[in-house]
Formats: sequence, structure tokens, C-alpha cells
Amino acid sequence: MATHSTDPQVPSDGRPLVSYPLIKYHLVAGGICVLISMLAGFLYSLQFLGYYPFPHSEALSPGHIRLFHTNFAAYGWLVNGFTGMCYYVIPRLTGYRVASEKLGWLIFWVWQFILLCMAGGFVHNRCQAIEWGETPTGFRPGSFELNWVPVDLLVTVGAVLVIVQLMVPLYKARAQKYYVTLWYFTSGLVWLALTYLMGNIIPEWVLPGAAGAAVTGLFIHDLVGLYVTPMGWGLMYFFVPLILRKPIWSHSLSVIGFWALAFFYPLGGVHHFLISPIPDYVEFGAISTTIAIEVVVTTVVVNFFMTLRGKWSALRTNMGIRWFYAGAVMYFITCFQCAFHVTWMFQKIIHFTDWVVGHAHMIMFGTFSFWLFGVIDWLWPRVVKREWYSARLKGWHFWLSTLGIAIMFLDLTMAGLIAGFMQKGLNPWSDMVTASVPFWWVRTFAGFLIITGLMCGLYNMWMTAKSDVVYVEEEHYISLAAD
Amino acid sequence: MERFYTFVFVAGVGCFGIAFVLSMVFPWMSLKEYHGMEYAKLDQLAAHPSVEFQQLEEAYPDAFKAVYPEGATPGNYAKALRAGRDLYIGQACWHCHSQYVRVVSNEEQRWGPPSEAYEYNNELNQPHLWGTRRVGPDLARLHGRHTNDWHIAHFLNPKDVTPYSVMPSYAYYFEPDGTPHEEGFALITYLQWLGTTFNPTHEQEVYPGGEGNE
Ligand code: HEC
Ligand code: HEM
Repeated sequence: MATHSTDPQVPSDGRPLVSYPLIKYHLVAGGICVLISMLAGFLYSLQFLGYYPFPHSEALSPGHIRLFHTNFAAYGWLVNGFTGMCYYVIPRLTGYRVASEKLGWLIFWVWQFILLCMAGGFVHNRCQAIEWGETPTGFRPGSFELNWVPVDLLVTVGAVLVIVQLMVPLYKARAQKYYVTLWYFTSGLVWLALTYLMGNIIPEWVLPGAAGAAVTGLFIHDLVGLYVTPMGWGLMYFFVPLILRKPIWSHSLSVIGFWALAFFYPLGGVHHFLISPIPDYVEFGAISTTIAIEVVVTTVVVNFFMTLRGKWSALRTNMGIRWFYAGAVMYFITCFQCAFHVTWMFQKIIHFTDWVVGHAHMIMFGTFSFWLFGVIDWLWPRVVKREWYSARLKGWHFWLSTLGIAIMFLDLTMAGLIAGFMQKGLNPWSDMVTASVPFWWVRTFAGFLIITGLMCGLYNMWMTAKSDVVYVEEEHYISLAAD
Repeated sequence: MERFYTFVFVAGVGCFGIAFVLSMVFPWMSLKEYHGMEYAKLDQLAAHPSVEFQQLEEAYPDAFKAVYPEGATPGNYAKALRAGRDLYIGQACWHCHSQYVRVVSNEEQRWGPPSEAYEYNNELNQPHLWGTRRVGPDLARLHGRHTNDWHIAHFLNPKDVTPYSVMPSYAYYFEPDGTPHEEGFALITYLQWLGTTFNPTHEQEVYPGGEGNE
């Protein structure tokens, strides 16, 4: 295991190990994308209240805005954020630079070009019918005739470049015993390639209907579970010990957590289409492995909380730790919820309702976005070499986000239960929609809080970059006296 | 153990591979075995243009002729189905409407017989449009639920038809008087097609390895 050091390591040839400008650009792009995504989510939520601002525009129709919302969150915010984070973490842990800085810039611009083509495609009704993989194929369905930029192909190229870029240092370090973070990153990069290819090729070109649905279910699931989750836990295993200046509590629990994720997680894919024409035994398999994984998640969360033992004050003194642990709590809540709602008993009520939307926001915003905000809290001053502009704004960002997601989650969960029982009770559809409207107002309000928080965070980043208080690397990351 | 190759091959390729076999190859093989599952291509599906497609031609002869000069032929029907489906995807209708009826929650009383795998074994369900959210009703059995006129009025302004509706208006696919543009024709033709692959005389499905749905 490589040791952490506070000084940027400089290999013998004198060139820096970590390329900060690349990180900076990725974080900035990520910040812009999360803003776009949230504004889109907010706009879309207005449709549910009857106040959608562009009712007569085909290009900016609510449906298109929804595609913007989820795809900018995934391909814009999370991918940019995680890639930037990897540029810091992987060289630090392996001691080797990423493949090439030039390649880094190529990746950066290819990726932003992908986002542009994707957005242009959505506006022109080009979209692939795969949830979270709506990036246009660019081909007229069922033929090889182009009708748009082949974004799927570009994403594949972009992903392969990212993988090459990051796999080179990982491969060079193959003689080392890997630290936990690298377990997640190495496997996660392999999974990313396999998942993306599987999800975008098989249902579209090979298997129709129910057999294809098993694959799209697996795709939605694997993109979250085998790319986003490994990146998330990998960064937690890196930054938490680094900031707290103590090792992870239990190595065995780390091992269990990793291997159980690797084994059980992909088996649960079909749980996105339960009680469907997919054969029952496949559904039962997915349900039981999904429940199994919650047991494992508990071990990982316990491991992190035991690590925090004796350093609880860091939650108060260090904003990064606060984001990380708030995210971990929400991770646990989401996974705990999952063990229940994956069963048919819950599924028959809550599937197709706002319950699931609440769940999706809790994990995507409450956990993974929180963790990326934590990473930004650590990286941004080192990237722009300036002290954070305002601790106050950091506090606003955190508390508005936390309050917002808590309200949104509780609100949508309740809305989902009400809608689900009304559907079962054969109430007219109008009852269900009318009963949901007050909850949709609260959701929009919660979104407003979250966006306001985000603005505080982004403004703080902006002012930090412009400030002239030079950042000096701290000797100790948290006050030892506070123990 | 805790080295590069372990994570590339055992965790990366290995675990993914196991899941791929269990949740893709297995269901695919059992669904293939299941009788009556023959893949229908678009031209087979469109062999007999629907009554609704012909009614559109009767109701809007000039507009129809401008888009489909040969009239309501199978070829044009196929074209309309494909374009309608693309629009249904591109406008993300599938994020507000599902396309499968489950055996639970009294759904069959609301929308009709539960969906079965064979219904989706065709080119217009590749990829399927099952969806994961129902803001509006399920559309798997939409065929015949409403007339063309109802759909036109509904697309022009959903609130005129169902005052509580939160569905967006798609008036830009129609003239103000309701005459459809190419997109309007396609969308309605596609919607009226939904559910026509269901065959009531088809034997009740017994999922291989699972329980039958009585
Ligand atoms: C914001 C969510 C939303 C979107 C997007 C949406 N709908 Fe709807 N849709 C609804 C709601 C809610 C209803 C029920 C109220 C009504 O009839 O308007 C509905 C009803 C319908 C109905 C009538 C169903 C029935 O059983 O009576 C049809 C048909 C329909 N929508 C088609 C479409 C098509 C086609 C699109 C895309 C072009 C679309 N919808 C997009 C929410 C949506
Ligand atoms: C300002 C805050 C936000 C608002 C107002 C908002 C609003 C919405 C709305 C209205 C939907 C559609 C729900 C439906 O189909 O019924 C949605 C879906 C979704 N949003 Fe957000 N969102 C916000 C932030 C985020 C963030 C930050 C992320 C991820 C990083 C995210 C991820 C998702 C996902 C994955 C879905 C799909 C859910 C599903 O289909 O089950 N959202 N959001």
C-alpha cells in the first residue's frame, strides 16, 4: 500500500506527478453540468405544477428537459467529477503519472463534445430508448444510416480513452499490493467498458422485448453499481483516512465489502423490471441477491463509522468529512430501503410511483453528489492554489443540500405510497394526479433549496479561484487537540 | 491476491460474466424456448394498415396525401409506425407512461390482460418501451381506447380533455384546427397500434421455470 504524504510527490524526472490543470478543467465542467442538470430538473418539476415556462416549444419540451436532467447528471457531472478525482488519486496511490497529459486534454474535449452532441440530439428528438443510456445512437433504428452524430460510438471512444489513460499507471503498479481504493477503480474501469457496450448494443441491435429488457435492467443497474459506486467507495477509502490521518478500521471488512459488491451487485439487474414478462426465476434471483447486498453494504458503512470513532469532531471541523459521512448515512438509508422495496410485496405498490424517484435522488444526489462535493472541498484549494474564499458559504451549500434532499426524499416517498395505493384501489387516475400535486409543489421547493445551495458552492469556488490568499498545505488536516 | 490482475480478471471480467450469463443468457434462452415466440419484423407488423390509419386518411385527405402520397399502404403504415415510435422515444413519453400491465395491483381491471413476453417479440419493441414511471396511465393496451379525434384534441391541449392533466401539450405537431402534421399522423398511428400484438386466443403463458399466471 502506498503511503499518503502531504507534499506532492515528484518523480525522479522532475515533472509533477499530478496534473492539476486537468483536474481543474474537469471539476469546472462538472460544476457547470450539475448546474445545468439541476436547472433542468427544476424546470421539469414545474410541468407537474402547470407552470412550465415553454409550453409551445418543441425543442424545449418537458420530455427533452427530463433527458437533459438525468443525462447531464450522469455523463456531465458524475463522469467529469470522477475523472478529475481519478487524476489526483490514482497517481498518488500508484506513484505513476497517468498515460499522457496530451491524452488528458483530448479526453476532456472529446467528453465535452459528447455532451454537446447529446444535448443537440435530444433537442432534435434523437434519443435511444434505454434509461440512463439515452445518448443517441445516431443511426436510424434498424439500419446503419446516420441521422445524427453517433454519440454512443463517441461515448465508447471517450470511455476507452479514459480507461487507457487511467489503466496505464494501474498497470505499471502491478507488482505492488493494491490499496482498497485501487481495487474499486481497477475493476470499476473494466466494468464501465463492459457495461456500456452491453447496454448499448444488445437491446438495440440484438435482443428485442423481454429478453432485451433483462439487459436494459442490468445496464441501468450496472452503470450505477459498477461504475458510480466503485468510484464513490474508492474515493471514500482514499480521502477519509487521508483527512482523518488514520487507517481504515478493518481490512477484513474492506475485503468483504469489495468482493461481495463485485459478486452480488451485477446479479441484481433484473430488479428494475419486476413482475414483468421476464421469467420469474430470473426475478427471484435478482431479488435475493439484491437483499444479500444490503447486508454487505452494512459492513462497509460500519467500517467507516468505526474509522471515525475518536474523531467525531472532524464532522464539525472538516467540511470534506461532513459531506462524506452525510453521504454515507444516506447511502445506508437508500440501501436499507432497497432491501424492502425490491420484494414483490412492496413492488406492486411502489413501482412506477414517485417513491422510486425519491430513491434515485437520495442515492445520486444525497450520496454520490455529496461525495463529489467532499472531493471538491479537498481538491479545489490545491488545484487553484488559493484558500477557500468563505467557510460560511460552504456551510450554506451543505445545509441547504442536506435539508433539500431530506425534504425531497420524505416527500416523494409519501407521494409514492399514496399514488401506489390509489392505483391499487382503482381510484380514477385523476385522483392520483390531483393527490400528488401538493407533493410535487414540495418537491419543487426542495429543488429550489438544493439549487440555492449549489449556487453558494459554485460561487464559493469561483471566488476562491479569484482570491489572492495563497493556499499553504496544512501540516495537520484536522485539529489534533479536538480528539 | 490484492494485485492488478485479480481486479481486472476475477472481479472485472469474471463477476460481470457470471451476472451476464445469469441475467441475460438464461432469460433469453428460456424465452426462446417459449412457444409462439417468433420475431416479427416491421413489414410483417405493418402488413395490414390499421383502421385508424385509414380513418386518418379519410378525415384529412389533403394533409395525408402530402405526407403519404401513395395513401394508406402497408409501406406507409410501416413508415408511420416507425416515425411514431421514434417520436415517442424522442419526446420521452416513455418516462411518463409505462407499456406493461402487471398481474398485481388490480392492473388488469384498469387496463386489460397482463402483458406477456410474446407480445414484445417484434421490431417495434427493440428496445422495449416498458418504462419505469407512470405519471400517466399505462399504454400497453391503448389500441381502441380512444378515437383519433380524441387523441388530436388531447395532444392539442390535454387539459381540454382531462382538466386535471399534467401532460404537456404537443400542439406543434398539428394545425390549430387539428389537422396533423407528419409527426401528428405518425404519433397517433403508433399509439393506435399499441396492444395489437396481443392475441386473446393465445394460450396463457407459462414461464419456463416459473409459475403460470392464471
Ligand atoms: C409529464 C408527464 C407526461 C408526458 C411527458 C406525457 N404524458 Fe401522456 N399523460 C400524462 C398524464 C398525467 C395523463 C393522464 C391525464 C390525461 O389524460 O391527460 C396522460 C394521458 C395520456 C394518454 C391517454 C391515456 C388514457 O388511458 O386515457 C395518452 C394516449 C398519452 N398520454 C400519450 C402520450 C404521448 C404520446 C406522449 C409523448 C408525446 C405523452 N403522453 C407524454 C402524462 C404525460
Ligand atoms: C434541484 C434539484 C433537483 C430537482 C428539482 C430534480 C427533479 C427531478 C424530476 C422532476 C425528475 C423526474 C421524476 C419523474 O419522472 O417523475 C427527476 C428524475 C431524476 N433525477 Fe432529479 N432533480 C434534482 C437533482 C438531481 C440530481 C443532482 C441528480 C443526480 C446527480 C438527479 C438524478 C435524477 C435521476 C437519476 C432521475 C430519474 C429517476 C427515475 O426515473 O426513477 N436529480 N429529477
